[in-house]
Amino acid sequence: MISELQRERLAYRRSRARRSTLVALISTAVFAVLAWVTVTGAPGWPRVRRSFFDPEIAWRSLPAVLEGLWLNLRVLVVCGAAILVLALGVAALRTLRGPVWFPLRALATAYVDLFRGLPLIILLYLVGFGLPALRLTGVPNDPVVLGGVALVLAYTAYVAEVFRAGIESVHPSQVAAARSLGLGPRKTMRLVVLPQAVRRVMPALLNDFVALQKDCGLISVLGAVDAVRAAQIEQARSFNFTPYVVAGLLFVLLAVPTARCADALGRRVDRRRGGR
Amino acid sequence: MRAPGLVLAVTTALAVAVACAPADETAPPSNQVDGVDCKKENLATLTPGKITFGTDQPVYEPWYVDDDPTNGKGFESAVAYALAEELGYAREDVVWTRVPFNAAIQPGKKTYDANLTEFSITEERKQAVDFSAPYYDVDQAVVTLKSSKAAPAKTLAELKRVKIGAQVGTTSLDAAQRLQPEQDVAVYNTNDDAKAALRAGQIDALVVDLPTAFYITSAELEDGVILGQVPPGDGKPEQFGVVLDKGSPLTACVSTAVGSLRADGALAKIEQEWLSSAGAAPELK
Repeated sequence: MISELQRERLAYRRSRARRSTLVALISTAVFAVLAWVTVTGAPGWPRVRRSFFDPEIAWRSLPAVLEGLWLNLRVLVVCGAAILVLALGVAALRTLRGPVWFPLRALATAYVDLFRGLPLIILLYLVGFGLPALRLTGVPNDPVVLGGVALVLAYTAYVAEVFRAGIESVHPSQVAAARSLGLGPRKTMRLVVLPQAVRRVMPALLNDFVALQKDCGLISVLGAVDAVRAAQIEQARSFNFTPYVVAGLLFVLLAVPTARCADALGRRVDRRRGGR
Repeated sequence: MRAPGLVLAVTTALAVAVACAPADETAPPSNQVDGVDCKKENLATLTPGKITFGTDQPVYEPWYVDDDPTNGKGFESAVAYALAEELGYAREDVVWTRVPFNAAIQPGKKTYDANLTEFSITEERKQAVDFSAPYYDVDQAVVTLKSSKAAPAKTLAELKRVKIGAQVGTTSLDAAQRLQPEQDVAVYNTNDDAKAALRAGQIDALVVDLPTAFYITSAELEDGVILGQVPPGDGKPEQFGVVLDKGSPLTACVSTAVGSLRADGALAKIEQEWLSSAGAAPELK
């Protein structure tokens, strides 16, 4: 039963809420109009519009950019899977306890230090042009494969650190409890620590995934034609930047599902914790 | 590089130069454009009394020497100084600025008065920038290594079967695609990257403009060879033009200056000095 006073309170709150929504709407509209007027009223706007937002050039460059994006997507899926598996391995090695495992721990640490520190573009050149130049049999010569190897090397280092942070964030009491239930170290890791760790670092992982989506395009320095390179080719032909805008929008579209997925996961974690 | 070319008859070039200078359609090019004398004091350059030339970084031989446009060495550096002199600028009035490819064509304010970086003149590009009258006609050539499987290729049909590479943003890339190779053309940021790929065996042949081809095979690639020239697309030779801001007040004057350099043989002399080996490669059929 709600008292008269409480009803009044609720009505007042509702009216305040309506008022703030209205104010937010109006201020957004005013801001948008101001921004639009400023940009389109700028003396250089007609030229900027021709250079960056030419519908005809956008349409003409779309097939080439889409074909490039298909390459990006394939590289993304294959590299993404490889990175997850390898990074989990490296993270597990880094969190091993006990003096016996020192060499493996040191190796994993050295790996992370090296490949996280090395600029990706330099790594791409080293792997992409350096490796095949050795002329060893069995070394692949395809720029996409070599570029993919470089991406996996670099991102495994980042993602391994994310996983390690997750693993170390699991409270020691969880391990103690698992051990006291009779689980061995391996089962403790697999059934108790990792599930909690992965859930906690999910937002960071998805963040790295979006970064990988864009960095996949860097393999173009090795000669492969990805979406950005396809846009660059069109741009150089027409001296018009519209193809870049097309490629940029496609990449944003590609990142949106990942962002929504991250939001949904976050909400689920909150619900499990009985929060908000 | 950014453009290709054949040496056109002097008359053709004059016609183009004059077409860009609507003031006198019949008379040979003079320094008069629209009744205004194309001299230093009348030119609306970025810095009054100085002329600012733009070029990429790095720049390569034979177009520039030692990546230093200010030394007057290399074809385009020499042409720039000749143009400046023609317009009444002393050597010390010439200023150079580095402008990456994309920045050279962005729609905002330009940081240069005139840009010489092997820019090929095309109708599409004319929508974005002004071009002067052409100062060089250029051909595209195919370069490979003696050890490459492309080395025995003698015909365009044989070239279709090998992996071809080119630098992005160049008409060399257009020429590579004109060959219609069976495998996708590999596209590199620079010719340096493309050469690395050629050495690593990732591509079998590389398309560059002919003067660059001569430089690469003589100075940069051990056992590099020129297979031959790629025929021009739709029968028209490719030409380099000086790039100026769209609607630049200098365009007509620069075109006129190119015209007079061509008319008095100065352009041919510069070409002889820096690009003398051009024209010696067979045309691929």
